[in-house]
Amino acid sequence: MFKIGIMGERDSVLGFKAVGLSVFPVEQMEEAEKTIDRLAKDDFAVIYITEQLAQNLKEVIEKYKDSSLPAIIPIPGNSGSKGIGMQVLKDAVERAVGANILEAF
Amino acid sequence: MAVMRVNPTRMELTRLKKRLKVARRGHKLLKDKRDELMKKFLELVRKNKELREKVEELIMQVHENFLVARAVMSHEALEEALMLPKMSVALRVSTENVMSVDVPVFEFDTGDNDIKDIYSYGFSNTSGELDSAVSALYDVLPYLLDLARMEKSAQLLAEEIEKTRRRVNALEHVLIPRLTETIKYITMKLDENERGNLTRLMKVKDMMLEEARKGVN
Repeated sequence: MFKIGIMGERDSVLGFKAVGLSVFPVEQMEEAEKTIDRLAKDDFAVIYITEQLAQNLKEVIEKYKDSSLPAIIPIPGNSGSKGIGMQVLKDAVERAVGANILEAF
Repeated sequence: MAVMRVNPTRMELTRLKKRLKVARRGHKLLKDKRDELMKKFLELVRKNKELREKVEELIMQVHENFLVARAVMSHEALEEALMLPKMSVALRVSTENVMSVDVPVFEFDTGDNDIKDIYSYGFSNTSGELDSAVSALYDVLPYLLDLARMEKSAQLLAEEIEKTRRRVNALEHVLIPRLTETIKYITMKLDENERGNLTRLMKVKDMMLEEARKGVN
């Protein structure tokens, strides 16, 4: 059985505990990197990560991009969407097509 | 394009011709694979984009709800209320094969709780805002999971497309021209040898005729 985790600032992610996700509040960046690595080894198939955190953890997220598990998905935190999630999608399109054609949709 | 360093022999020629045939075939197959992958990918990305927009909107609403809940309740009370969740989400992961790419499929299982039973706290000490926040979050959950599946699939497909495209290009612009060039070189060399041989034979014949005529006289 796999688990779902969520990482981010305490205030953004606390509520997700109510619906049964494993919540990992993170304040320090070094700590966050270690947490991701630990979760990846530890049967977490999906890790949601708030955008505020994701923009500082690009390298770590990049590392898990090409492996089938875990899926690290940026979601907006409580200070609003920064468009990082969309950027990830755009990067994927650019990688596959060679040009960004997402705007055309 | 550079010619490969090979011996210009007939055997080498047949070998190279065979390789060219295989390369052409591989090129065609890979090109088809790339086109099909691209089709799937674009379809997926379009859906993914819509879903992400929707999820982001929903999540912002959830955050707003929680913000209100935090405002009307004390921090400790809120944390206490959420400390022991009733619901647990277990995830089943299987893989689906899309054009030889294994993409994950997530199915989640919230246990046997029914929907009215998602609140992990008594209602007396908590505010109604918290209830609506939790319920909104519960509604977002399936979308969130779907988003995870799609986004991971998109990333994996993108990787595969990139790889396939590189292979197609390598075949098209490097290997196949080089093979054709080498084959041409060998054919020309062999023809040249043939011509050289022929002239030599004609020359020998002339010399022999000369000799014979001298013998007669």
